[in-house]
Amino acid sequence: MTATTAVVAPAPVDRKRTGYLRYGAGKLGGALISLVAVLVTGFFLFRIIPGDPVKAMTHGMPTSAEQLATLRGQFGLDLPLWRQFTDYCGKALTGDLGLSYQFHAPVGELIAQKLPATLLLTGTAVLLYSTLGLWLGTRSAWRHGGRADRLTTGVALTLWSVPSFWLGLLLIITFAVGVGPLPGLFPTGGMESGGERGFAYAIDVAHHLVLPVLTLVAVGYAQTLLVVRSSLLDEMGGDYLTTARAKGLRDAAVRRRHAVPNALLPTVTMVFINLGHVVAGSILVETVFSWPGLGGLFYQALSVPDLPLVQGLFIVFAGAMIVMNLLADLIYPLLDPRVRR
Amino acid sequence: MTTPLVWARRRDSLTRFWGTYRQQRTGLWGLTALLVIGAVALATPLLTDGDLRSVADAPGGPLEAPSGAFWLGTDQFGRSLLGLLLWGARISLAVGLLAAVLSVGIGTLVGVIAGHYGGWFATALMRVTDWFLVMPALVLAIVLATVMSRSLWTVVIAIGVTSWPTTARLVRAQTLAVESRPYIERAKALGGGHGHIMSRHVLPNVMPLVLAQTTLGISTAILTEATLAFLGLGDPAVVSWGGMLQDAREAGAVSSGHWWYLAPPGVAIALVAVAFTLCGRAVESVLNPRLGAVR
Repeated sequence: MTATTAVVAPAPVDRKRTGYLRYGAGKLGGALISLVAVLVTGFFLFRIIPGDPVKAMTHGMPTSAEQLATLRGQFGLDLPLWRQFTDYCGKALTGDLGLSYQFHAPVGELIAQKLPATLLLTGTAVLLYSTLGLWLGTRSAWRHGGRADRLTTGVALTLWSVPSFWLGLLLIITFAVGVGPLPGLFPTGGMESGGERGFAYAIDVAHHLVLPVLTLVAVGYAQTLLVVRSSLLDEMGGDYLTTARAKGLRDAAVRRRHAVPNALLPTVTMVFINLGHVVAGSILVETVFSWPGLGGLFYQALSVPDLPLVQGLFIVFAGAMIVMNLLADLIYPLLDPRVRR
Repeated sequence: MTTPLVWARRRDSLTRFWGTYRQQRTGLWGLTALLVIGAVALATPLLTDGDLRSVADAPGGPLEAPSGAFWLGTDQFGRSLLGLLLWGARISLAVGLLAAVLSVGIGTLVGVIAGHYGGWFATALMRVTDWFLVMPALVLAIVLATVMSRSLWTVVIAIGVTSWPTTARLVRAQTLAVESRPYIERAKALGGGHGHIMSRHVLPNVMPLVLAQTTLGISTAILTEATLAFLGLGDPAVVSWGGMLQDAREAGAVSSGHWWYLAPPGVAIALVAVAFTLCGRAVESVLNPRLGAVR
């Protein structure tokens, strides 16, 4: 009897580990299939477009039939559809997303150039609005039903319903152009004034960052707030909170040390999903503030339309979402032992 | 013979629904706002005179400030902004409504079928749904609107086919819950086929959820429509709130500080979106009392 227990005892630990590995492998496989589906969609979505992309490219310019043929050859448009597809897949796997019609540069290179600006903007915004949403959501749930709760939730829902580009335009008018006696306090767009170096450069970029980040935070924090609020409300009736209070802990300590850590779990998932969303969601804010990031690039590509660039950005935006979801899926069981089983 | 009984029951449940809904103060505010906005949008042809689409014989000067003649000022062609705002309401509401109905329709169809049939087919269907759920909906909608021709229907389709997965997930869960009840087994024993069970037993039971989803979906759809129009992907021939904002930006209203041109369309969008969200949340909490008690 004792011998068998001794042999069997380590098994649950092992099973747990292989269980997580199997879970992780499943999620990884799902994510890979999704990425392949994105690649395939990216290809076919841009082949249903009516008209000849080469004609659109040379729109308004006198072009000979030979030049058209050369251009077709250059962009691989003279090959049969299945050859185009296999070429495209092979190239996409090595990171080659084709040539931009508009900039005559590799799409991958263009995206890599603009990525840091987007990461700076969206990273700052997500950090700020997650913090703000967490803080306000906790307060609001702790005193739910009260005047402050109603006000906070109402304001957040209203700001959530506001189009981000409109809020951005209003902020530019008010704080960058200036209304009435109010002078323009912030730059109207862009990321730098140019000419600065070192510390002055950092200050300059931060100065340019204020209004776009403010717009993203104002429109975005409602979601975090609502999720934090409702998951904390679910915890509110918990017996462990009564126990904590019975021990004589102060109200703030009960909230901070006992209730919030439990309510935080769904929020962690959401922060990751937001990180994926916001890369795409900043399209409008970047357009309005002429921020030199991926969103602005997407807008430039749309107005031509520069199909290889739109296609490349579509793949990057969708890929970012899939990777962030995968990370959230992988991290969640590590944080919450209950879902590990 | 059963018809009067059925009607009486429906009337009863509707009265009960209204009785609970009436207690939701924010929901009532949302409903009132929607009724007013809807009435104004319907009466627009009576309230404004002339065809605002013609740029040639506009009544005012370009970019006039608000005055007695033009309450909200004029745009760069001299058209009355108030008139444009009212005409825009019709387009924004219509597109929002149609897109939400399309999206919820697809979601309900997928959800009921996946929940009813089960097996590998349902698994495949839900994998597709999950894939769409992960996709950034706005990017997908923008890409669709780019590759299709510019028209209102393009916008409706672009919004509709990118925003259905949430509904599909919810409806599938509800379908599974409904199908586990004994009366479905009874219907099967009496010889009810798949079509009969789905349309007569499952669908009426998921309808309340579908209604709430539609109400919430309209506000998202209106926001997306404004976004697409602002990016220049809407129908250039019609006036919509997003299109007005794009016109304003192109006319340089931002750098010249013409805030009265920019403010009204955005306020209108936010107002309608908030009203639909309030209604949707109220309907949700009436149908799901546990939720209502918590929130």
